[in-house]
Amino acid sequence: MISVILDILSWICLMGGSFLGISGAVGLFRFPDFFTRIHASGVTDTMCTVLIIGGLMLQAESWQMLAKLLMILLLLTYTSPTSAHSLAKSAIRGGLRPTLGSGD
Amino acid sequence: MSTILGLYNYWIVVLLMMTGFYIVIAHGNLIKKVIGLNIFQTSVIIMYISMGKVRDGAPPILTEGVTLFSNPLPHVLMLTAIVVGVATTALALSLVVRINEAYGSIEEEDIHTQEKSS
Amino acid sequence: MVNLIDIVLMGLLLITAFAVVRMRDLFAIVMLFSIYSLVSASFFVNLDAVDVALTEAAVGAGISTVLMLGTLAMTRRYEERRPRHAPLLPLFIVAVTGAALIYGTLDMPHFADPQAPIHQHVAPRYIEQSGTEIGIPNIVASILASYRGFDTLGETAVVFTAGLGVLTLLGRFGRREELSDGRSMYHDMILRVIGKALVPLMLLFALYVQFHGELGPGGGFQAGVVAAAAFILYSIVFGWDRAQKIISPFVLNIMMASGVTLYALVGVGGMLLGGEFLNYNVLGSYPAGGQHLGIFLVELGVGITVAAVMLSIYFDFAARVAVRKMEAR
Repeated sequence: MISVILDILSWICLMGGSFLGISGAVGLFRFPDFFTRIHASGVTDTMCTVLIIGGLMLQAESWQMLAKLLMILLLLTYTSPTSAHSLAKSAIRGGLRPTLGSGD
Repeated sequence: MSTILGLYNYWIVVLLMMTGFYIVIAHGNLIKKVIGLNIFQTSVIIMYISMGKVRDGAPPILTEGVTLFSNPLPHVLMLTAIVVGVATTALALSLVVRINEAYGSIEEEDIHTQEKSS
Repeated sequence: MVNLIDIVLMGLLLITAFAVVRMRDLFAIVMLFSIYSLVSASFFVNLDAVDVALTEAAVGAGISTVLMLGTLAMTRRYEERRPRHAPLLPLFIVAVTGAALIYGTLDMPHFADPQAPIHQHVAPRYIEQSGTEIGIPNIVASILASYRGFDTLGETAVVFTAGLGVLTLLGRFGRREELSDGRSMYHDMILRVIGKALVPLMLLFALYVQFHGELGPGGGFQAGVVAAAAFILYSIVFGWDRAQKIISPFVLNIMMASGVTLYALVGVGGMLLGGEFLNYNVLGSYPAGGQHLGIFLVELGVGITVAAVMLSIYFDFAARVAVRKMEAR
């Protein structure tokens, strides 16, 4: 019984994570500006990773595998937003400015 | 049909190899040539590793209850190949840096014209 | 299911390779090459080659990309567009070579066939006998360090030669105190904090990979590259001058040479104790124990040399970039 619940939960997590990953990739192409594109890839970095690795953690077969997946999740959560931040910072230092919308 | 299913791996590897080869001989920029060479090397490594795979085999680490392993010998040879590849790339890139300082350009045709006129 | 992942990953590799042909922006091409390395590393995991995947991810997507970006910093970023007539001759050569290679693959055994000739001669002997003769679970490590140990000695010498070559070409300059490139990213608090948090974790992981290379995927090369990557991260965030105060080039030179020497001395030790060169059986009181000791020392030597060479190559490139920035000012 509990394995059925775990299966359904991990299905939901993995499907949600895949949808967010695809939407991040679509946003990378369709957004007009560099900084909005960084935001789109930031969605992939954070929520997509958490959901996919969370879904995998629900299927882990031993405590060691669970701990290793948790470590991988922590590492990705530390480093991916940092690289997005440094990309945006070096863009600003290079002179790129976000295109602002016209006033309402 | 079974031939295609059995061999498509190697044909895609040949496609990758020829892409890398084309970059090396058709483009004039030295850095792009080095990258094409690296693409070529990585595709050769993919070919050897795919030759070593055994259907339903496990990674070659002795574990309880596993009897069928993938072939470990191509893995060993390709470990050496990857490391030698990065050594070659490092040397090639430092040569590119020195050529740029000597000739002021990294395009092949510019270097040829400078060599011919000097 | 394995086939479906295969096809998707190979499709990604093909798209990336074709994009590299068509683009002119070298910065984007270097990033595409890094993606190519990472996708091929995941492809290797799919094909059960876990050691090779670890090495390819660390070396291809890590060190190679950093060196290419360093080269780009010293040259120009865009490839020049030449008014070119259609490249007929290269296309013809490529087509002929590709056709010849495909004709050659028609004789090959099918993919993942257990009865292929490659699995019939030496490989079953290694798989069956390595448990009793050497006694470590990772068959790839036992072949790399013991059965084919002489090849690995040559490979370590090649890595050492590359370090020497780059040192000769991009020689290090004296007057180190004047060559500060400023605290390059020191004023950025996020990078500083994350960099400080990550460096000890990476060094710990490098030691883990080095010493667990016998029990799982890992070994000397991967550990050396990860340790070098830790120091490279510190050097990028805190500045090249501070990194050189932690590991000076003099220490790096000694480390480069001592790794290869350790490997060769283990071989000579085998000769002095009565066996042949690189015979580990005589190093301990029983053969498997001697093999354990021999493999441990040899992998340690490989790890030391690879870490020192990768870090030394990076320092050479960084010194050149710093000199160019100073001359431009």
